[in-house]
Amino acid sequence: MITKRIIPCLDVKDGRVVKGVNFLGLADVSSPVKLAKFYSDGGADELVFYDITASAEGRALFTDILTEVARTIFIPLTVGGGINSVADFDRVLKCGADKVSVNSGAIRNPALITEAAKKYGSQCVVISADVKRVDGVFRVFAKGGRENTGMEAISWIRHCVDLGAGEVVLNSIDTDGVKKGFDLEMLDRVSSVVNVPVIASGGAGCMEDFTELFRTLPRVDAGLAASIFHFGEVDICDLKEKLARDGINVRRTAR
Amino acid sequence: MIAVVDYGVGNLFSLASSLSAIGAETVVTGDADVIRSADKILLPGVGAFEDAAKKLRESGLADVVCEEAKKGKPLLGICLGMQLLFEKSYEFGEFEGLGLIRGAVRPIEDVIPADLKIPHIGWNALRFQKKSALFRHIQDGDFVYFVHSFYAADCEESVIATSEYGAELTAAVASGNVYGCQFHPEKSGPVGLAILRAFVEM
Repeated sequence: MITKRIIPCLDVKDGRVVKGVNFLGLADVSSPVKLAKFYSDGGADELVFYDITASAEGRALFTDILTEVARTIFIPLTVGGGINSVADFDRVLKCGADKVSVNSGAIRNPALITEAAKKYGSQCVVISADVKRVDGVFRVFAKGGRENTGMEAISWIRHCVDLGAGEVVLNSIDTDGVKKGFDLEMLDRVSSVVNVPVIASGGAGCMEDFTELFRTLPRVDAGLAASIFHFGEVDICDLKEKLARDGINVRRTAR
Repeated sequence: MIAVVDYGVGNLFSLASSLSAIGAETVVTGDADVIRSADKILLPGVGAFEDAAKKLRESGLADVVCEEAKKGKPLLGICLGMQLLFEKSYEFGEFEGLGLIRGAVRPIEDVIPADLKIPHIGWNALRFQKKSALFRHIQDGDFVYFVHSFYAADCEESVIATSEYGAELTAAVASGNVYGCQFHPEKSGPVGLAILRAFVEM
């Protein structure tokens, strides 16, 4: 049976990894290529790279880095950040990305999802949604969680899947950074209305949070996190061993 | 030298990178003469069967691949490239494949429970069904990465590995010198590279 996936996420700005990276034995912790290899060798099932660069020059640099990462690691690679057109899809896929994640670009132009799915296949199109409770309603936020779009999140995500998105990354703004566990209520709502893989993001603070996630919500396919992996608080090999002991089906790799 | 057949379907960057990572001399080519002169042929493929089969025929490379395979040259099809090796596919219609391996490609949804997601995407364990040179560097139960909505059926005699996803789905096939992997060895970490290495060493 298919395994639950563990996915580290890296934010890249102007070709360097930013925010909270603290590894033992890695001299250049901001090198995306070295970090990608570190995670790939360490048992990650997939990697997500977000390009948070603002300038066009930075974007070109990201493209070079991506090519180098894709040449170095041989696990699936998802790329997001600044994806607004099919040309953007083309640019990152040519560098060796396997999936492309859209967020604000799809909010501005939902047809982008259909266009990209027709051209590259649904498996290639990931809808990433930043969601927050506002007066008891799940709302979609844009621009990195800064702007409330006013759209109701569950129906928006379902709409994106109907348009052709083949996977959902659900990032709960409410639990992000809190480190007290994934947003199980929000994840439950989303995973019960879509029939494509759902990746949980936001809130992981310890290994137990992953066990709780997969035990409570068997329809959730993957757990994504950044800082707990970057700061070495959770080692992916240890996490997989624990999940296996807890009866969760994971891909275990030689240390 | 390994010829990776380029017939205008999908991105061959990862495949070429993974072959280069194991030190295999590789050329990505759509040139019939280069394919004829190669020691081994790798047939990739993503997307829809109909479109890929059409492009492979129109480029004239379908005949070249079949001729070389019939001469005994090792051939490995990956993902849709594996599906193309069969006689036909029922992906949105009925289409002819290369016919190098007996069998047909059918929708996964016909054989798995309705509550399982399609495509079958992610890491799944290989269950060896037969001893094969392709697996000489890996073990039964090793994990590989799948992304597919259709599977090879009616090909029991050539199945060398399956994966369990509500049903036993064909994961890899072999018929003489012709091999196929439904999964992506170029995305399956060290296990995938070990499979490619076994093919390169044939």
